[in-house]
Amino acid sequence: MALLDVSNLNVCFGLKSGLVKALYDVSFRLERGERIALVGESGAGKSILGFSIVNLISKPGFIESGSIKLDGKELTSLSNRQLRHVRGKRIAMIFQDPMMTLNPVISVGIQMVEAIRSHTPMSKKDAKKIALDRLAQVQIPSPELRFEQYPHELSGGMRQRVIIAVAMILNPDIIIADEPTTALDVTIQAEILELLKHMCEVCNVALILITHDLGVVSRIAERTMVMYAGRIVEEGPTLEIINDPQHPYTQGLLSALPQMALPGQRLNQIEGSMPSLMNHPKGCAFHPRCKYATEKCSNAQPNYIYSGISTVACYMVEDMLEEFSEYRDL
Amino acid sequence: MLIFLLRRLFQACVVLTVISILSFVIQDSLGDPVRQMVGQSISPVEIEKIREEQGLNDTKFEQYTRYASNVLQGDFGHSYFYKEPALDVILKKLPATFELAFSAIVIIILVSVPCGIYAAIRPKNILAKFLMFSSTIGLSVPIFIVGIFLLYTFSIELQWTPSFGRGDTVLVLGIWETGFLTLDGLSHLILPSLSLAIALLPMFVRLIRSEMLEVLHSEYVKYAWAKGLSPARIYFVHALKNTMLPIITIGGIQVGTLVAYTILTETIFQWPGMGSLFLDAVNRVDSPLISAYLMVVGAIFVISNTLVDLIYGYINPTVRLASHGL
Repeated sequence: MALLDVSNLNVCFGLKSGLVKALYDVSFRLERGERIALVGESGAGKSILGFSIVNLISKPGFIESGSIKLDGKELTSLSNRQLRHVRGKRIAMIFQDPMMTLNPVISVGIQMVEAIRSHTPMSKKDAKKIALDRLAQVQIPSPELRFEQYPHELSGGMRQRVIIAVAMILNPDIIIADEPTTALDVTIQAEILELLKHMCEVCNVALILITHDLGVVSRIAERTMVMYAGRIVEEGPTLEIINDPQHPYTQGLLSALPQMALPGQRLNQIEGSMPSLMNHPKGCAFHPRCKYATEKCSNAQPNYIYSGISTVACYMVEDMLEEFSEYRDL
Repeated sequence: MLIFLLRRLFQACVVLTVISILSFVIQDSLGDPVRQMVGQSISPVEIEKIREEQGLNDTKFEQYTRYASNVLQGDFGHSYFYKEPALDVILKKLPATFELAFSAIVIIILVSVPCGIYAAIRPKNILAKFLMFSSTIGLSVPIFIVGIFLLYTFSIELQWTPSFGRGDTVLVLGIWETGFLTLDGLSHLILPSLSLAIALLPMFVRLIRSEMLEVLHSEYVKYAWAKGLSPARIYFVHALKNTMLPIITIGGIQVGTLVAYTILTETIFQWPGMGSLFLDAVNRVDSPLISAYLMVVGAIFVISNTLVDLIYGYINPTVRLASHGL
């Protein structure tokens, strides 16, 4: 049994103008200790997927249908009170901007201790001991001093280390990291990612890394899911996807990396922009921007197929596979 | 901390100097003080003699320096009406006003904080909507109408509370007349403090609600939910602490409004405090009393704002008074 089993998850936003769908039939599995990356442009629904796992989608968003099972236990049917003991304890989160995530008027130590004590009855002294241990583990020098300090007295990298320490504090099963390095200085991005990876390995914690930085993905995640307009369009082992992307969108994303452009030439880009949630195109959502699009693509959503490299939802890949099989039959 | 207090002391001096100039100007332009002192039946020669005696023929600058040096020695001149030192007259009334304002502040805090939080947490709830609606009404009704309405309803029609004065008071430590310690004093306090509180309450409820709503949408509150903290801890520790920061600042400024409203409240309820004394002094053109009142209120402002800054620094660690020497 997978640690986390998400199937056919649909998330909607109830606006005055009507229901707007943000996630379409998202399904994936996560094994214990596995690290998985969720990539896509902004607005693809990566963060919404991350937040909906612990049912923290901002209002008026809600889970319309689908199931999220943690160790076989359904999460979508839990009450807020029951979910509270999943959040932070079994599924911890790391947010994008460490400057905004820690409460500015509460000391680092109290913010760590409260995370422990709200899930396990423990004396303040014991909780402090655990917190200090964790601070040392995330390589924060002089933890005793940092414990007493307030967030504004810490640098951005230091704060993100604190947040990683808070995430690890109760040995969760899963950490959902929503663009943990986007707001950081380039020079410390790598450090933080390395630390995150190291901590996950040491504690055997599964990681869902939400990012739009494909450079980050290969370093950390064993598996990658590419999202476009609220749907997973390609999913498979990270290395294979990077070496041989199947979906035209993944291809476009990879060729848009600056290192893929030739010196002196303009950077590659995918023409057009992602459709807004309000006017989701019929058929494959990517077809207006896809150079391989055919009539079929604008009529119906393609099913997932296994291409031998990754699982893709694309008619072009489907057609190619068919041709190959005919060729083999000959 | 020491630097902070020294700086504050310096600021206080500047503020009080400005106020002293203002009150001198007021005193100087409120008609002829000799007329106030002697009445009608007196010859011009005698008037001129008194003017010379009182130094009223000196230049304005000389008059001001004399006034200022007297003020520095705590001498605001004698009240024309009470024939006593003006400062003494005012300080005798200070406890009454202080207790009225203090009770009003307690009511404001005890009511506006829970109401504001509730309206922010359950914005769609009927009770929250009612709170918002009634606060709009409260904002737009002037204090003398609220006061007179309360007076009419509870004192005259229902006869639940006394209608004027402070009731029995007890002298504490030999200087402070308090109404807090007697049942009669407390019953006299209810209506005045309530109507003074109602004057400012709606604004604070609305302020706390809107600040709280904003804080509840912040990243750190979302993060607190993601940590699985209890709702009580999120609302009353994580959100409330941040909500209170701007409220404290505004509260400090509103002390001024509160002092202004004590004048009205004290007049309505015949409360023997500084405010009604001031209004009487204005009616009697008792200029030493007027200027002494202005100086005392100026001092109250400086002290209350210093206290507010200290509280602010205590709650907000990013404003460390000691290190910045604000």
